[in-house]
Amino acid sequence: MRRVVHLRDAVCVLGRFPALAGATLDVDAGEIVLLQGPNGAGKSTLLRLCAGLLPLQSGEAEVLGRDLAGDARSVRRRVALLGHGVGLYEELTVADNVAFWAAAAKAGTGEIDAAMTRVGLAGRLADVEVARLSAGQRRRAALAVLLTRHAELWLLDEPHAGLDAQGRDLVDHLVATAAEAGVTVVIASHDLDRATALADRVATIDGGVVAQLSDGGRARRDEAELTSAG
Amino acid sequence: MLADAWVIAAKDLRIEWRSRVAFNQLAPFALVVLVLFAFALDSQQTVLAEATPGLLWITILLALVLCVQRTFVTEGAPGLADQLRLSGLDPAGIFLGKALGVFVQLVALEILTVAGAAILYSTHFGSIGLLVCAALVASVGLAAAGTLYGALLLGVRGRETLLPLLLLPVVAPVLIGATSAFQAALGTGDVTFDQAWRWVGLLAAFAVAYLLAGIFAFGPLLEDT
Repeated sequence: MRRVVHLRDAVCVLGRFPALAGATLDVDAGEIVLLQGPNGAGKSTLLRLCAGLLPLQSGEAEVLGRDLAGDARSVRRRVALLGHGVGLYEELTVADNVAFWAAAAKAGTGEIDAAMTRVGLAGRLADVEVARLSAGQRRRAALAVLLTRHAELWLLDEPHAGLDAQGRDLVDHLVATAAEAGVTVVIASHDLDRATALADRVATIDGGVVAQLSDGGRARRDEAELTSAG
Repeated sequence: MLADAWVIAAKDLRIEWRSRVAFNQLAPFALVVLVLFAFALDSQQTVLAEATPGLLWITILLALVLCVQRTFVTEGAPGLADQLRLSGLDPAGIFLGKALGVFVQLVALEILTVAGAAILYSTHFGSIGLLVCAALVASVGLAAAGTLYGALLLGVRGRETLLPLLLLPVVAPVLIGATSAFQAALGTGDVTFDQAWRWVGLLAAFAVAYLLAGIFAFGPLLEDT
């Protein structure tokens, strides 16, 4: 199995604070890994480090075969990050935003329509300014942008936040479908029941290190299916 | 790089088209400044006529500050800086695209202010060719320098007040050069056409210098935000 994320004693300093203090984690292609832990544990920092957005202070960090210590920029185009901020232009409509980010990612117009349809924004909401959208609708628009990027690694920071039950189901469906297609997904979430059921493995982060690794619901389901088949 | 620049410029101009901020706020602002200058110097028509080129360019510089602030305010929404860095767009292309967006808005404002000056100050045009050429070349330099300084202050606390403090002294050569070229074009000073074209050359050198500075510096600036 191809290794997509490889962190060994990774240290990442924000200001003078070591937000990651020696994190070790390996994620294989097509895996869904949940990061759980208290606020300030280092989950978002780990995601941003994997996206090539933060400098590695010490340790090893490789993402999609690239060493982040020397070549962080080259992974950026190949990853998609859904952060706390949705990264949308307030004055543009949903369709404008998706079209802009799709153009930046060199995606075709057919992919824009497909992405908008998949997140349920293809109708009248397509022409609404982002500034007028609810938090959940903005999240859906950000998901549409994410879909147009065709990234190999999805880094999702609280993807269920602000979404209604339908929206949360949509996130789970998109993540599961993407993983089946070979996309690797790392999720940081406080919605533990839902995210654990979705994940292959659960990494508990505390004090900037990966304190514990355990199986998630997806791995247990796969194991049960193998047992019943055997 | 140029394809990326076009993507960014189209987005910035679309934001302006949707929000109409330049049309509804910057254009009236520029006209109000022209009117205030007219109030201040109205009793001395000859002084007003002599000062028209300088007043025009001071108005344009003030509008430039607002225009640059506006173009970078739109990039300040949460998560946008990260997405821009992840987009794979060439930083030089992002710089050129943002500068192009500012340039287009500046040229529109210049057309309006020159028309406003023609009405309010009874300005006569001697050489339209020189006027247009000087305005376009000066605008390229202003857009490039404004975009570079706007990016420099992205994420800095108090950037609204810092931007004019840093940008206006830097663009002083454009004020001097464009005012001199306009004096010849409007026939208001003792600048000859030969001298005026030399000033246009200086404006072009300024524009090239800031375009190159922006192309090379924008990537590191984007990383620091």
